[in-house]
Amino acid sequence: MSAASISLDDLTVTYERRPAVHHISGCFDAGSLTAIVGPNGAGKSTLIKTIAGTLKPAAGRVDRGNLALRNLGYLPQAAEIDRSFPLNVVDTVLMGAWRSIGAFRGVSREQARQAQEALIAVGLEGFEDRSVGSLSSGQFQRVLFARLLMQNASVILLDEPFTAIDARTTQDLLKLIRDWHGQGRTVIAVLHDIEQVRKHFPNTLLMAREAIAWGDTATVLHADNLRRARNMAEYWSDDATPCDMNEEQPS
Amino acid sequence: MMLYQMVVQPFVEFGFMRRALVACLALGIGSGPVGVLLMLRRMSLVGDAMSHAVLPGAAVGFLFAGLSLPAMGFGGLIAGLLVALLAGLVSRFTTLREDASFASFYLTSLAAGVLIVSLHGSSVDLLHVLFGTILAIDSQAIFMVGGIASFTLIVLALIYRPLILECFDPGFLRAVGGKGSLYHVLFLLLVVLNLVAGFQALGTLMAVGMMIIPATVSRFWATSLSALMIISTVVATLSGFIGLIVSFHAGVASGPAIVLTASAFYVISLLFGRSGIVRRLLPKTHLTH
Repeated sequence: MSAASISLDDLTVTYERRPAVHHISGCFDAGSLTAIVGPNGAGKSTLIKTIAGTLKPAAGRVDRGNLALRNLGYLPQAAEIDRSFPLNVVDTVLMGAWRSIGAFRGVSREQARQAQEALIAVGLEGFEDRSVGSLSSGQFQRVLFARLLMQNASVILLDEPFTAIDARTTQDLLKLIRDWHGQGRTVIAVLHDIEQVRKHFPNTLLMAREAIAWGDTATVLHADNLRRARNMAEYWSDDATPCDMNEEQPS
Repeated sequence: MMLYQMVVQPFVEFGFMRRALVACLALGIGSGPVGVLLMLRRMSLVGDAMSHAVLPGAAVGFLFAGLSLPAMGFGGLIAGLLVALLAGLVSRFTTLREDASFASFYLTSLAAGVLIVSLHGSSVDLLHVLFGTILAIDSQAIFMVGGIASFTLIVLALIYRPLILECFDPGFLRAVGGKGSLYHVLFLLLVVLNLVAGFQALGTLMAVGMMIIPATVSRFWATSLSALMIISTVVATLSGFIGLIVSFHAGVASGPAIVLTASAFYVISLLFGRSGIVRRLLPKTHLTH
């Protein structure tokens, strides 16, 4: 597994000129396992979408090295997935092979075997022909993790993967994340459960638009830092002036 | 013998009935699968709107060439694509949702179409454009409808996987570098083409009936995508066949007859389909696991 690091260089992302991510610099090292935590509206999802390439930075940049966007596995928070679509579990998992099969190539026996293994890894053996509409939300999240396994990406981004997911599924999926870490993949996950982060994630980025602290989890999740993060102003002030920290041009 | 006279004889005796039958079969084969995808993409009403949008284009074609299918078809194709494109743009660049912008566009084009036809034609012409006339289906029209059906099946086969991915999880397709909007536009092109193919037999107001109603019927019987498409195609072609016979014997316009036949299939499926009302009311023992 070729490791890939992702560094942020003075990154600012805005919605209608209001910053959701404000001047964040730092690096997710190759092969690191990092949790992103922070209060609601802190810009966690915005940051992960920008890393995934679906949002464009207003200033600064995301340096993905020579990692192609398609080699990046991204599981959005609320995927725009139509669960009523008549599709079965194994076909959904095989979508993860898009990079090699594209629109026209057939699925090889090897890929079918990989899909089967992915389903076993997420504990859904025997679910191949079930329609995705008949699954519980926990089971469906397992299917999406199986698709991520199939993608075999060197960088994996997860946006609140355990929201509304039962405890046992969470434990099983956390084990998969640890396995990915063990295989040297770079994993970045947005999470809410501080205890979970302390237990399973060596690195943490605590943010509230700005980066409050970034580094070793035990140091970052210090009471002082958490208080500072909570005190972030959530409102939009009408008399906000252009930020003077750098070359942002008022228009 | 009765049955033979009713079902087979009209097609043996009259060339226009044979041509209409071929057109309806081709129409069903193209519209069936397109309708299923239209329904699964929750675009049934968009399809309805686009069928009305075809009208002013067809009317302009009528203005220049009279009741000629190629001219009206070409005009309808341009107008349909234009409205699909404009409504998409409006919903992308304003806060108006797509359904609202489609509704405004199709009302505008329906009004414009009726005005253009009534300015330069009789009310009979207007009826023909709105509700279709099988008498006008000549071999040229058959080639056009057949060509569109073949083109539809070929394009669907080519874009099948990405199109389904785009329906199911557009975010994923974008993330892995697929061009979702390209497949969306190609699909819209297929919808408009099939509406244009349909309006000679069904009229612009009902051309979409051959797509949507068979698709909803299939939803009562099947759960897999391939089965949905097969059932939808069979229902569409059967509706065309039965509708033509009814229209011949009862002396009514072919468009409403075909659409009402499809509606009859719908009512039957609603009541007796696998996920229909009667099955739900029947007591069923549950399984052990």
